[in-house]
Amino acid sequence: MGDELLIPIAADTDVVTARQRGRDLAAEAGFSSGDQTVIAAAISEIARNILMYAKRGEVALSVVANGDRQGVVVVARDQGPGIRDVSRALEDGYSTSGGLGLGLPGARRLMDDFDVSSSVGKGTTVTMKKWRRMNA
Amino acid sequence: MEVPILKQGHYLIASIQSALTDADLSQLREALIERVGRFRARGVIVDVTALDVMDSFAVRTLRDIAHMARLRGAETVIVGIQPEVAFAMVQLGLTLKGVSTALDLEEGLLFLDHQAQLRIERGTGRIDRG
Repeated sequence: MGDELLIPIAADTDVVTARQRGRDLAAEAGFSSGDQTVIAAAISEIARNILMYAKRGEVALSVVANGDRQGVVVVARDQGPGIRDVSRALEDGYSTSGGLGLGLPGARRLMDDFDVSSSVGKGTTVTMKKWRRMNA
Repeated sequence: MEVPILKQGHYLIASIQSALTDADLSQLREALIERVGRFRARGVIVDVTALDVMDSFAVRTLRDIAHMARLRGAETVIVGIQPEVAFAMVQLGLTLKGVSTALDLEEGLLFLDHQAQLRIERGTGRIDRG
């Protein structure tokens, strides 16, 4: 695992910083500009979720290699209220915040791997990855 | 980062120059809706060419701008959505349903002129005393 880039999330400017860093990292790792945008959009959604539900948390960005594949890994952690029903939170249009309910399901559609672990009262960790074939 | 809003004839043009926070987007919405009244604008163009990401908040705010401006008597057109941004929006499930879009500023202005012409023909346009 390479170096991890840690971005604290506590204000809406941090959401912008996180998605820009994510885009830069994806560019360095050789992702197409389309994929860079997709990764940035997914980071934006989950970083905003941190602000909305947990008020603060962090986004960790890193690049990993797996055989002939290279991936951008985004981990969003908070110690907020947690998600009572994760599978429901992943349904389109489900939101407890009055939002669009696109955050988690939208980010999942944008990325290749997507995992949510959450426990009520303790917090939530979202791990998502986007892969690309090297020398492709 | 405040978005500059230019007045050109009966139209307002908001030209986004850099990445915007949620607060910036909300501020843009308030400023545009207020100016539609102050300048008696009939059209609003929001140029998003410089935006390299549009997430759910940005899309919702643009949709709100268009719907609120229409309630105030002005037509809105969003111009300059980049190809990668469009791709990511579709994957996110974001649409701009009920909101007009055009390729670029030039097309946006043509669209608004056309809308104004239609309103005059239908007799629903405002009487211009200017």
